[in-house]
Amino acid sequence: MLSFDFSLLLSGQYHDALVAGFVLSLQLTAVTLVLAVPLATAVAMLRLSPSRLLRAIGVSYVEAIRNVPLLAHMLFWYFGAPEMLPEALKQRLYATNIEAISAVVALTLYTAAYMAEDIRSGIRAVPPGQMEASRALGLGFLQAMQLVILPQAVRVTIPPLISQTLNLWKNTSIATVIGVAEMMYRAAQVESATFRSVEAFAFATAAYLTISLTITGLASWYQHRYPVRSR
Amino acid sequence: MIELIHTYWLYFLIGQYPNGPLGGLALTLLLASLGLLLAFPLGLLLGLARISEHRALRWPVTALVFVVRGIPLLMVVFWAYFFLPAVTGHKTDQFTTMLVALVVFDGVYIAEIVRAGVRGIPTGQMEAARSLGFGRFGALRYVILPQALRHMLPSLVNQFVSTIKETSLGYIIGLTEVAFITTQINTQVFTKPVQVYAALAITYFVLCFGLSRVAYAMERRLGTAAVPLSRR
Repeated sequence: MLSFDFSLLLSGQYHDALVAGFVLSLQLTAVTLVLAVPLATAVAMLRLSPSRLLRAIGVSYVEAIRNVPLLAHMLFWYFGAPEMLPEALKQRLYATNIEAISAVVALTLYTAAYMAEDIRSGIRAVPPGQMEASRALGLGFLQAMQLVILPQAVRVTIPPLISQTLNLWKNTSIATVIGVAEMMYRAAQVESATFRSVEAFAFATAAYLTISLTITGLASWYQHRYPVRSR
Repeated sequence: MIELIHTYWLYFLIGQYPNGPLGGLALTLLLASLGLLLAFPLGLLLGLARISEHRALRWPVTALVFVVRGIPLLMVVFWAYFFLPAVTGHKTDQFTTMLVALVVFDGVYIAEIVRAGVRGIPTGQMEAARSLGFGRFGALRYVILPQALRHMLPSLVNQFVSTIKETSLGYIIGLTEVAFITTQINTQVFTKPVQVYAALAITYFVLCFGLSRVAYAMERRLGTAAVPLSRR
């Protein structure tokens, strides 16, 4: 086996390709996160609503998304979904970066289904006595929510949301299947161009690990700094 | 849609078998079952090493768990794809590559289930077993694990659901599992991508949703919640 070639990773076109992939993976994560959190909150609200119909819609969304692999979502949103659009819109879509758009759609829907469950159980983790007690002390419903319930719910919800962000970060790798030039795609590309498998994969592994461990560290910092007090 | 199913159902289910290699849904299920079956003993060993009293055992395994949990499964697949031929000396087929990657990846996640399962048994059980004359290993084998395994069952079924979903990554290395076969069908039909991929999604859904209901029913019967692993 040839020796490990660091220079390949530190400069030159292959270095640039790998770094570009790393940056795109980060961008995918960031964009998805921004879109998924509001969607997840909305789905969690559906799941908690008093109306049986709305709850059923929420449950259906979560179960339908979670029981299908992300790869199948990606294939559907890339190969299938654009065909349903009107011709003019389709042309405009194909003129843009359709791979990345499909990947973000799939990642957002998938991540939101998991986050919705975390948000729901976070809100439900606050004992109902807290609301009753606040109301008895003279707070209005909104005041009670804002001052008593939500501050406690957020503490319970943030750690699982951070760990879903970690999953999201790892899941961006699946976008490689529809040709998004993210970290994994670039690593495979550099590998087949240079036959330097160990170097290319070591770079990608280090990149994934660095961000993953940072996110893990962030989660434990948060839990240490803002412990759950209601239990 | 009916015509589509009528033409391709057999190909979808078993690939080109018996005239060619097994593929399709049958291969997906075979891979997932074998993967979980082989990952379980590995996970058991890793999980016990994670809670071992010996640092020499605990630290390397903890490091391995952190590394594998920090990288995507696809990364493990790529390493397996590259390393297996280098280690064994001859070309490894896609099935073996995917199987090895799944066993390593799931082994690590099962290790966490085992760890949580053993931790969930009150410490008094171990103390009582030890005071009755069991060695540490005997106490684990005859007292702790039989109880812990019962509590782990729902989590293991959930892990099977995850494994089924994970086998779809075989697509990327050209393994003819169900997602790959679907893409081939899509290429042949060409005009109906929505229906073809919807059929794939529905197939996965029926399989995984059914199994997750089984896990839920087990949880209720055993009266324990599944280990809250952050699911992928």
